Amino acid sequence: MNEKNIAISAKSITKHFGDFTALYNVDFELRTGEIHCLAGENGCGKSTLIKIINGVYQPDPGAKFSFEGKLEKKQILPSDAKRLGIHVIWQDLALFPDLTVAENIIFDHYVAKPFKLINNKKACSDAQIVINQLGIFLDPRSRVGDLSIAKRQLVAICRVIHAKARIVFMDEPTASLTKKETENLLAIVRTLSSQGISVVFVSHRLGEVLDICERVTILRDGKSVGTFPTQGMTQKKLTSLMTGLDIELTKRNNSNFGPTVLELKNLSRIGEFEGISFSLRKGEILGLTGLLGSGRTEIAHAIFGMTKATSGEIKIDGEAVNFKSNVDAIAKGIAYVSEDRLRLGLDQMQSINMNSAVTVIGKLSKPAFFLHPAAIRALCTDWIKLLKIKVSNPALPVSSLSGGNQQRVVLAKWLATKPKIIILDSPTVGVDVGAKVGIFDIVRKLSDEGMAIILISDEASEIYHNTDSFLVLKSGRISFSMKTSEVNEEKIEGIINA
Amino acid sequence: MLNYLKKVELILLLLLIFLSVFLSYTTDSFLTLQNLFDILNNQAVSIIFAVGLVVVLMAGGIDISFSIVASVVQYIVVTIMILIGGGNWFLGICLAIIIGVSLGFFNALLICKFRIVSIVATIGTFNLFFGLLMYFTKGHSIYNIPDWLYEPIPIIDVASGNSNAILYLPIIVAVFLVLITWFFLTRIGFGRIIIGFGSDLEAARRSGVNVFLVQFFVYGWLGLCAGIGGLMQSHIVREVVPNALYGRELDILSAVVLGGAVLGGGRGTVWGAVLGVMLLAVVQNGLNLLGITPFAFKLIVGLIFLVAISAVNIHRFLPLKVVNTRED
Repeated sequence: MNEKNIAISAKSITKHFGDFTALYNVDFELRTGEIHCLAGENGCGKSTLIKIINGVYQPDPGAKFSFEGKLEKKQILPSDAKRLGIHVIWQDLALFPDLTVAENIIFDHYVAKPFKLINNKKACSDAQIVINQLGIFLDPRSRVGDLSIAKRQLVAICRVIHAKARIVFMDEPTASLTKKETENLLAIVRTLSSQGISVVFVSHRLGEVLDICERVTILRDGKSVGTFPTQGMTQKKLTSLMTGLDIELTKRNNSNFGPTVLELKNLSRIGEFEGISFSLRKGEILGLTGLLGSGRTEIAHAIFGMTKATSGEIKIDGEAVNFKSNVDAIAKGIAYVSEDRLRLGLDQMQSINMNSAVTVIGKLSKPAFFLHPAAIRALCTDWIKLLKIKVSNPALPVSSLSGGNQQRVVLAKWLATKPKIIILDSPTVGVDVGAKVGIFDIVRKLSDEGMAIILISDEASEIYHNTDSFLVLKSGRISFSMKTSEVNEEKIEGIINA
Repeated sequence: MLNYLKKVELILLLLLIFLSVFLSYTTDSFLTLQNLFDILNNQAVSIIFAVGLVVVLMAGGIDISFSIVASVVQYIVVTIMILIGGGNWFLGICLAIIIGVSLGFFNALLICKFRIVSIVATIGTFNLFFGLLMYFTKGHSIYNIPDWLYEPIPIIDVASGNSNAILYLPIIVAVFLVLITWFFLTRIGFGRIIIGFGSDLEAARRSGVNVFLVQFFVYGWLGLCAGIGGLMQSHIVREVVPNALYGRELDILSAVVLGGAVLGGGRGTVWGAVLGVMLLAVVQNGLNLLGITPFAFKLIVGLIFLVAISAVNIHRFLPLKVVNTRED
């Protein structure tokens, strides 16, 4: 055992917000150059802990911090965090899209010395030094708003390195990256660690966490479950530590399909996808997978009538259809749960009642054009019961719900249209492990009741456990088409990333 | 950022040159020193307003009250100067700046402290300032302005034809303000902070940018420009008419937006704003010289504005051609 230096140690951290206990007696320790994971479900206190260590919040009295074995402190002020090189890269990155890469990286200089003359050459060369240090490729002169999310992530990392970061917290850094981009990012994180910078990773993707981190600290309901080495840890064990439940992922088993309800023949849309053919039967779950940008969502949009295919055919119940818009598609019994629940799936400010009834609000109106609040409430109450949505009051804005429950409201809103075919586009993004299982329980039940389902997902495990057959897309074409029962999870993983 | 804006400036410049060449051939008087100096003299105030407004737009705000601020400044400054027995340029400019900046700060206060969206806050102050002005002046104009303000101050005097072509003080003031604004927006770190602030307010806040300071600065700067512009306007027209500038705000706003500034912040340049003002001015001048009925002016200016804006944004309407733009 070689004793590594402790970069930061935080002991007995408690934080109350009014009556609510966000953190209770949590200990956290980070070694120099370590890659550490902070895991836990939404609302477990991860963000609060990060904000306390970053100086945004002050803990309740009794907390103790020390840095590299010395410098005892009772709290960390924002100025301390800056001096000690503690930085957080939040999920939204906090970059300036209208400034160049170099300007973003050295932005702190402008803030420190606003009246100093600008030297663009020096800004670029300073930025280039950091870029080289990370061994990546970025053009310091390009505008950040024109970069992909993955490259913006790199800019954010360069920025903290330029600010001489010693400890970097990364909040869900891989949430919107493709597999390959994720691998690049993880390689950079390893580079940082080899340069003695400690990295704390917050991620929902447990596979990744086990892959890259040396140790994991798990929080549950504001309390620390403990810090464990990742060696010997499995995803299953991690999940049960996070949720306090034993979640057994079971495999779907169904071969009882009805007649074909949806058929695509050589469907193409220039610039998006080409020659897509498949059929979907009543009661079947078809997986649609592939990297982000491979055409998954675009195909869903074409089926749902939001875009028009340039050639090919869509048949519903054996009849060729030509939707003018998604209004026609909804009338034909198609529902589409979009991948962006927060922005497109729900109107966050509207009540849970309204959100769940919005697709059928015209039908519920009585007399015509007048809202019928009682009917809306009744509908919502039914769905809350059926989908087991945890709601204290359906009149509250939908933003008051957790991610998993919000996703159930989206499902309710589409199920209210009584669809025959439902397309689920990445339904579990940003949803807790426990809540994911709940959502797939609902999905399976729907298929048992005869609904035809297309599941779009880039997680091999979701495809493996929940589909009957699946298609893999690559650059807008189908590269593989298989029965799920004929492969195992590792193979799916391999095909997606091939 | 820079490429996009340079392209906007280039398009505007080309349009301006094209229009000027066209007018030089079709009219006798466009390409005379007299006419060009007239355009500049007439646009000095608009340019002063535009460089103030572009700073607010770049910081992600909007202000439509500045034309009324300018009117208020005119009225108060001239009234006080008359009361103290005449005054002089120095006192006049100082007072104009103080009042203009204070009214700008009032806007900033509403926006930062009371969290009112900038367009709503300035619609409110637009009406409030104008209402107060009309109430206290009862709509009366001041024709008897102090001598120093009344006498035109020639800067450049060139013999041209039978008369002299003269450039007056306001255009020099405008050039001076253009240069200062250009300097702090592009040459020092503070300019990058303003762009960053307009680009993403939350990111700026997290980077330790003092949000209040930036807001007060940008609205204060527009107030300063409005104050000086107001005084220059009364110098040019040699009178103070309380509602003379009413409605000017939208002309200036369209010129600045034409110059590449974006409602929402983060984009815009001083040169773009100046070119926007000049383009619309040349169009107006050309219509005059071509003898087109004044009833069609607004129609044509509106059309040219829409065409020019579409030309600048053309890349957004073109269909995408590439399959996978995402990089591995």
